[in-house]
Amino acid sequence: MPKTLYDKLWEDHVVHVEEDGTALLYIDRHLVHEVTSPQAFEGLRLAGRKPWRVSSIVATADHNTPTDHWDEGIKDPISRQQVETLDANIHESGALAYFPFRDLRQGIVHVIGPENGATLPGMTVVCGDSHTSTHGAFACLAHGIGTSEVEHVLATQCLLQKKSKAMLVKVDGALGRGVSAKDLALALIGRIGTAGGTGYAIEFGGSTIRALSMEGRMTLCNMAIEAGARVGFIAVDDTTINYLKGRAFAPLGDNWDRAVAHWRTLVSDAGARFDAVVEVDARSILPQVTWGTSPEMVTDVKGRVPAPEDFADPVKREGVERALQYMGLTPRTPIDRIAVDKVFIGSCTNSRIEDLRAAAAIAKGRRKADNVKLVLVVPGSGLVKRQAEAEGLDKIFIAAGFEWREPGCSMCLAMNADRLEPGERCASTSNRNFEGRQGNGGRTHLVSPAMAATAAIAGHFADVRELI
Amino acid sequence: MRKFTQIDGLVAPLDRANVDTDAIIPKQFLKSIKRSGFGPNAFDEWRYLDHGEPGMDNAKRAPNPDFVLNQPRYQGASILLTRENFGCGSSREHAPWALEDYGFRALIGPSFADIFFNNCFKNGLLPIRLPASEVEALFALVQATPGFKLRIDLDAQTVTRPDGKALRFEVDAFRKYCLLNGFDDIGLTLRHADKIRDFEARRRIEQPWLFA
Ligand code: SF4
Repeated sequence: MPKTLYDKLWEDHVVHVEEDGTALLYIDRHLVHEVTSPQAFEGLRLAGRKPWRVSSIVATADHNTPTDHWDEGIKDPISRQQVETLDANIHESGALAYFPFRDLRQGIVHVIGPENGATLPGMTVVCGDSHTSTHGAFACLAHGIGTSEVEHVLATQCLLQKKSKAMLVKVDGALGRGVSAKDLALALIGRIGTAGGTGYAIEFGGSTIRALSMEGRMTLCNMAIEAGARVGFIAVDDTTINYLKGRAFAPLGDNWDRAVAHWRTLVSDAGARFDAVVEVDARSILPQVTWGTSPEMVTDVKGRVPAPEDFADPVKREGVERALQYMGLTPRTPIDRIAVDKVFIGSCTNSRIEDLRAAAAIAKGRRKADNVKLVLVVPGSGLVKRQAEAEGLDKIFIAAGFEWREPGCSMCLAMNADRLEPGERCASTSNRNFEGRQGNGGRTHLVSPAMAATAAIAGHFADVRELI
Repeated sequence: MRKFTQIDGLVAPLDRANVDTDAIIPKQFLKSIKRSGFGPNAFDEWRYLDHGEPGMDNAKRAPNPDFVLNQPRYQGASILLTRENFGCGSSREHAPWALEDYGFRALIGPSFADIFFNNCFKNGLLPIRLPASEVEALFALVQATPGFKLRIDLDAQTVTRPDGKALRFEVDAFRKYCLLNGFDDIGLTLRHADKIRDFEARRRIEQPWLFA
């Protein structure tokens, strides 16, 4: 029987199945960061257990770390304690790799895995962070897990899982000028809703996906969780293999050839059956901007903020009303009339080199608008930062009045000092526009890197296609 | 883990869809390296008039009188009635920790976000999915009836209303077994340690590049 990629990835990791179908899945790669791991290591110690296979662990500090004045260390004592706890835990347990605060290769956990070749096709990848779905871009089964599960994986190298249903999101046609994987992700979520993928594992396929770079694929898989799916993935092709060749932890010599031969099988067979199929015409997608407090509250840059009465369902209508109130928006306002106070370019969704290039292409030779108080550019990792500097992108940003920072999660979730003040409006390349996500009372609009840079230059949302 | 068998609990309604984990426990409280003590900060931004930070004396903060859980009639509630897609957003287990620490033992709603749903079971918190029409009816009953209680029987898989109407819910057999007995997953999984070792040994031979 023809198999989906999901079937193949699943079957390759099943150690044991309980009567009710709950499976014990073997975990190849365990990514660890400071926020969701302390209680897990503590639990392990209290139970007198040892990590099962420390060579599966790749760890870094990213959520709490500051993005400037690294020489001064971490000023917030509670953040510092969390990062120091990670240092101590990894020191005690060991790991395949640890990129601590201030390390040259430190960065956002979902950026450093792939760029170091620590994320390889066919792996199960877990991390105590929901955006672990990012690694699905490499045909991995990549799950976000809770802290109890972090402890479970540390202790047993396995995760208890029930198999999801399989959804194929088939995207065909060329993306328009100025339209990126981020716009595709937002448009898809706008269409199927933030619960549209609940209970499903999503495979992204079709000619548009094949044409995406690995960076674009990671952006898309990263957002699978915002569509409600725990995992999202893409089959292996030349793009995948070319990306991995020569990366620090990628196999070498004979092993490389054997690995590639295996990876080539990581595609859905012709005729494989999916429980649901969603077809998207990429040509119809315009640059997207969210207007509300959920990623599904999105429209394109030519659109307008909706009015509550547009929604028949009373729960939806009330949700829209509340969102508009929180966001300080009047119904029917054209998107391109909404002014922004701050701009954030970064996060595991959009902080890779291509994202920075896209933003720099807009910023080049231009200046941020006077009403924009701050434009933060936060590279995803130390390696991305160095690459960008080698290409002179930092100079472009600085000349445009943007700030060029050290890597980390930064204003994606505002656990460090980078945050919005109450009422401030932000064009952000991150993945969540929930109430308070970027700072108490802050108002987040999700956009692509090019659209974020455009907003910084214009001072309000504007159509990136007019600047390229 | 605390066992869950049967509860008779006061019900509190949270009439919002897509309640995300940032709302359940705002990120500033994630800096703790402990597992307990999150209850006073559950729904912090909705629940208090000021902005909460770790280390504050929550007893001295002004509660938001408009927030439903602050109403006197819902004090001591152990069952939270919610709308669709409850618990969406991040994978933070601090969300079920906060709900459990607040005093909730069970959640009832039409749907829950996947990771959150899963995390609940690891913490003795029972998320129950009921058809939207039943949830709608429960919202009406709670609002109309001060002191409205429900009986939840995990073994029988029923939610029983005061009028005697029993609503059946589905739960995975394995999760039910763990919750009824208060078993911790790790201990159960380690019963299969030999199988895991065999699997790993085979994998090392077949895909050695995964073990670099
Ligand atoms: S960048 Fe944002 S979404 Fe990504 S891992 Fe960090 S906090 Fe999570």
